Amino acid sequence: MGRVIARRIAASPPGGVAVVECAGDLAELVAALGGAARVVLVDAADFGAAPGSLRRLDVARDALPVAPAWSSHGPGLAAAVELARRLGSLPPRCVVLAVQAGTVAPGAGLSPGVAAALAGIEARARAELLAG
Amino acid sequence: MTTDGGTGPDPGPRTRTVRVDLMARVEGEGALRLRVRDGRVASAELRIFEAPRYFEALLRGRAATEAPDITARICGICPVAYQMSAVHAIEALAGVTVPAPLAALRRLLYCGEWLASHALHVVMLHAPDFLGYAGGIELAQDHPERVRAGLALRQAGNAILRTLGGREIHPVNVRVGGFYRLPTRGELATLREELLPARDLALDLVRWVAGFAAPDVTRDYRFVALVPDDEYPMNHGPIGTSTGLRFPAADFAAHFGELQVPWSNALQARARDGAAYLTGPLARYALNRDRLQPVALAAAAAAGLGAECRNPWRSIVVRAVEILHACDAAIALIEAYVEPDAPAVPVPLRAGTGHAATEAPRGLLYHRYTLAADGTITACSIVAPTSQNQASIEDDLRVLAGDWLQLPDAALRERCEAVVRNHDPCISCATHFLDLTVEHVAG
Repeated sequence: MGRVIARRIAASPPGGVAVVECAGDLAELVAALGGAARVVLVDAADFGAAPGSLRRLDVARDALPVAPAWSSHGPGLAAAVELARRLGSLPPRCVVLAVQAGTVAPGAGLSPGVAAALAGIEARARAELLAG
Repeated sequence: MTTDGGTGPDPGPRTRTVRVDLMARVEGEGALRLRVRDGRVASAELRIFEAPRYFEALLRGRAATEAPDITARICGICPVAYQMSAVHAIEALAGVTVPAPLAALRRLLYCGEWLASHALHVVMLHAPDFLGYAGGIELAQDHPERVRAGLALRQAGNAILRTLGGREIHPVNVRVGGFYRLPTRGELATLREELLPARDLALDLVRWVAGFAAPDVTRDYRFVALVPDDEYPMNHGPIGTSTGLRFPAADFAAHFGELQVPWSNALQARARDGAAYLTGPLARYALNRDRLQPVALAAAAAAGLGAECRNPWRSIVVRAVEILHACDAAIALIEAYVEPDAPAVPVPLRAGTGHAATEAPRGLLYHRYTLAADGTITACSIVAPTSQNQASIEDDLRVLAGDWLQLPDAALRERCEAVVRNHDPCISCATHFLDLTVEHVAG
């Protein structure tokens, strides 16, 4: 889902915006966060809402909870954000747009609720990038 | 003394149970249980409760050519290891040895995985134990340059994985017979430029971790690793043991067996004589030290490692030496690169059974595939290094925890978790397997 949004924005990016797709590796995420003035991160999440629902997290201001047990892909987005914060490389404006997933089964594709919400998620991401 | 966080009757003052319900800073989901009776450690159980994932059952009925892509999904940290063991086993059955240039590229790919995996573990998961931090994020607050160096080393490994594997997580460019696409000389030149400063960081990392205070412990491990004559082991060589055995991967089952223990979803492995054994950096170092790249061999000596290291608390130094070795070996491979005639060679599939063992970052990874005449997998066996190391890890807990029994439960738990982290377990790998029987019920 995050990649879909990234590619929609990359198709016509606002001026001064670089779109980066990241598989989730800790080192790559921390590196991608560094050097930017503002970052908008879009990722699937599970917060018990209807698929496609959006939650905005201002991670420049508030810490993200980090899971104690890391997955086989290593630490996730929350760990990368908190690590960047400790290293002094978290952008001064950094927002996570968490989108409630319908399914995360391999090869499942976007659930109907998420697919229907794509335009709105994209618009929100663009607004965050351009916010004063 | 009562159990900590558990339910049920008080077992009484002469029995103490220390329970860690979810270990931190290990890959995957595992727990451990230590039972103390009459002042002695009665039992230690490494409880893997991560759900079994039935990969060996999934592979049955699939084409052998699919094995590298399917097995790579067993683990996100060591997918190359699964791909390498898979392709080598299938090629062994076909009687095919890929030409030296393709073998060199496979070794370069493996260097990338060792770099990426070891760097993450050494800096983010293991070093905090020696410096009194809860984890790598807390370590970064006070030692940002060390963490940045660790991340840079991981990025160097990822660059190799992307260039040769197509992407850093679950590479897609590996196939039976070689690769789908060869790297260009320009891509390899770019890699080399990234690896040169990484090698300097790796040398500095060895010096840093060598200075960590560590308990003086000597364990009587039975080491098991590949022992090729010509290089520090990754993709080929017979299997060797510290008891003097040498045998081909095809004889793995004659020497080692897997068993189910009631407290773990992951199978454990033992030698046929019932002994526990240890694979991984300590084993590789003990059995192959003189085949390290010279810069790594010198760094090991300067770090005081000696001819072998039997102190699990110093495994972090050995792992750092292997990072340096992988950096230097990768540079050497790139500098000696000869472009292969083709990305892959033909591998005629036939009925029979093929075996292979390669050295994942965590240790020996054994694969066995039985194919039908059309190349369909009819049976397979995958024995992960963490499965093989579980018994030795539990032995470590039994032996070492006896010195800490006077500690409060919280402190004892922390020490026990650190014992497990000495061996960098990959729990997702260890739970890939269980027998699967499908019963079709009418109605």
